[in-house]
Amino acid sequence: MTEAQALIRAVEQADSAPRLVAAVKDLAAAEVEAGISTLIAVLGYNNPTAAVAAVQGLIQIGSPAVQPLIDQLDDYNYGARAYAIRALAAIADPRALDILLASAATDFAPSVRRAAAKGLGNLRWRELPAQQQSVAQAKALETLAVIAQDADWSIRYAAVVGLQSLATTSKLTSQIQDKLAQILETEKDAAVRSRVQLAQLQVFSTTF
Amino acid sequence: MQDSSWSEDSVAETAGLTIEQAIANLRSPDLSLRYYAAWWLGKFRVNAPEAVEALIAALEDEDDRTELGGYPLRRNAARALGKLGDTQAVPGLIRCLACEDYYVREAAAQSLGMLNAPSAIPALMDLLTGGVEVAVPVPGRPHLTQPYDSVIEALGALQATQAISLIQPFLEHPQAKVQYAATRAMYQLTQEDCYGQRLMQALEGEDLQLRRTALSDLGAIGYLPAREAIARCAAENSFKLLALKGLLEHQAKHHDLTPDAIQVMNLMDSLL
Repeated sequence: MTEAQALIRAVEQADSAPRLVAAVKDLAAAEVEAGISTLIAVLGYNNPTAAVAAVQGLIQIGSPAVQPLIDQLDDYNYGARAYAIRALAAIADPRALDILLASAATDFAPSVRRAAAKGLGNLRWRELPAQQQSVAQAKALETLAVIAQDADWSIRYAAVVGLQSLATTSKLTSQIQDKLAQILETEKDAAVRSRVQLAQLQVFSTTF
Repeated sequence: MQDSSWSEDSVAETAGLTIEQAIANLRSPDLSLRYYAAWWLGKFRVNAPEAVEALIAALEDEDDRTELGGYPLRRNAARALGKLGDTQAVPGLIRCLACEDYYVREAAAQSLGMLNAPSAIPALMDLLTGGVEVAVPVPGRPHLTQPYDSVIEALGALQATQAISLIQPFLEHPQAKVQYAATRAMYQLTQEDCYGQRLMQALEGEDLQLRRTALSDLGAIGYLPAREAIARCAAENSFKLLALKGLLEHQAKHHDLTPDAIQVMNLMDSLL
């Protein structure tokens, strides 16, 4: 048995919550591609500590984990889905664009939508072929602008966070500044207003 | 205690209703339509004058009764009126504090706190008469003699400093939920740090439900020193975000974008 197989087996055979958490942490720390599938499975175990450790491990593995995360996205468990989307958002590989767009716009679970909205602003656009970059960024902006009008304050808050990142990662800065000014005119919620003001301050200070 | 048979997310059910229909339904012969309409008007915050007027009238409803003598429509009307922000509802809600149905009293206390109605303070204080000694479970029912937590929270929100000596003994009530309500109110009424600290320590407790309650209390009092502990607490991000939102709004009330407010937002960003 290889070391990776031993670490995977320890996760699969863990018979208590503390043993599971310890085994997941060991597997995550090893950063082996053979462990990706097992780490993704842990997202659905309904153990938040283990899930957070698994997300951390998937983020460290990075790009090799992107396709498996997309393929194994759990349509029936929104808790697991939120962890997977958080991992995809943090890895920031633009292959996740379509899944982030769909999750931000149409998932029923706010936790999933917030994670996707944050991730949409932050993708490494340069990894896309040059002619696709501006189309992809425009799609991200369009989706974030729509959900910035959502009825749920936390979704609007996450949309503002996404817009701020997109303003610094894309060439859409001036469009986004207009959008933020527009949001501030209509936003009633004090917390979301504060977040818009912070975004304006930070986008402004990095532009000049 | 949730006695509503309607899920808050039954979007498909709400899609068909219009404001006019909902108001008209409050007087429908079909009791379930009335009950649903009252919930719907609160959920979608329809504070049209006709809606408020119809809901105030529903506080006196005699038609809709449960087998135990409860008043389901009154409960929903009282809950909805708190969300609509119209102070015309205050006298009717104060009368509801004397209703024989516990859940009507509970809903009225919560709504009076939300409506910022200081005229309700004496009637709310009346419900604390007898103190902790009479604050005991009602045999065979899942609640105490009065909705103590809601009453105490409302008194805290209403800045009822005259109620401090009545509220203080409830810090030692056997039920954690009541203790937390008293702690929260005592912080609001005295601004003494020990009460904020006590709620912050509750974030480390064993029971998830109580950790959620403590999160909501810390958000309600905007207790800034708890921000890191809130972000770390073993609970769902939605609850933590809501608590931090309370802290942020407390800051935003006085100044825009203080360094403290920015720190709170950085924590919120990390929970998305």
